[in-house]
Amino acid sequence: MLNFYGKTFSSRLLIGSALYPSPAIMQGAIRASGANIVTVSLRREAAGGKTGDAFWSLIRELDVSVLPNTAGCRSVKEAVTTAKLARELFGTPWIKLEVIADNDTLQPDVVGLVEAAGILIKDGFEVFPYCTEDLGVAMRLVDAGCKVVMPWAAPIGSAKGITNRDALKLLRDRLPDITLVVDAGLGAPSHAAHALELGYDAVLLNTAIAKAADPVAMANAFRLGVEAGRTAYEAGLMEARDFASPSTPVIGTPFWHAVS
Amino acid sequence: MRVTINGEAREINASSVDALLRELEYEGTHFAIALNYDVLPKSRWAETPIKNGDEIEIITPRQGG
Repeated sequence: MLNFYGKTFSSRLLIGSALYPSPAIMQGAIRASGANIVTVSLRREAAGGKTGDAFWSLIRELDVSVLPNTAGCRSVKEAVTTAKLARELFGTPWIKLEVIADNDTLQPDVVGLVEAAGILIKDGFEVFPYCTEDLGVAMRLVDAGCKVVMPWAAPIGSAKGITNRDALKLLRDRLPDITLVVDAGLGAPSHAAHALELGYDAVLLNTAIAKAADPVAMANAFRLGVEAGRTAYEAGLMEARDFASPSTPVIGTPFWHAVS
Repeated sequence: MRVTINGEAREINASSVDALLRELEYEGTHFAIALNYDVLPKSRWAETPIKNGDEIEIITPRQGG
């Protein structure tokens, strides 16, 4: 079972709530994905509290756990305050911690991330840090108290899939006791399957589902991809090799004779 | 007095956070408030005074990835 800070979940797919064509399609896609956990955000209210209330009631109908994010925060101070607001608003110690360094790539500011994670964990938060695939950064996050680490596969919304397979594999090998989630950059169910095949505990998806021609069908496809990848990981994948190895037995091949 | 609400300079009459929400006609039930970058728990909205120059953020749930 997937384990986040002592709580277990059956689905290994975490899904975002943004960018869907309509609220009904958002709900349909979340249900079809089988996800137990939905990411949400918090923004300034402009319509007297009505916009937030309407969205929140849609999420509550789904009977899921929410994982609030600090998307858009560009400093430690902003991220820490946003996390505290999220705890007040959603009543959860969980926070998907994002500290962004660069607007064009949404590359995490890993220095700020480690600092913010340390501050929040001391304050009782359970931090889900969005980071790069760098092992050193992941180790610093673990040192700060993170039991979950969420490296990107590729930039948010890029749909490129896993661009640095070896580094992600290294993280899995070196952090066997940490819950690892590929967060960001996945575009196809095969990408999600790849992450699970590498031994990642879960994937977090939003754009690839929300921006599909049929988000509900794509959510189902990702659910199947995640299940296939996890089942394959548990079954034990064979190692790749450089040369061919015949699958049909050689002994008894008709007309076969040893060549001198 | 003059305060900043969600990044906008505003002239207000309310002297507490509770009164400010009424003055701004907030009808929703799910929002959180930060006063000068500190989260203000709901239990303290009635007792917390607003001072000239305060920065107030009024935040609600929204879609996110």
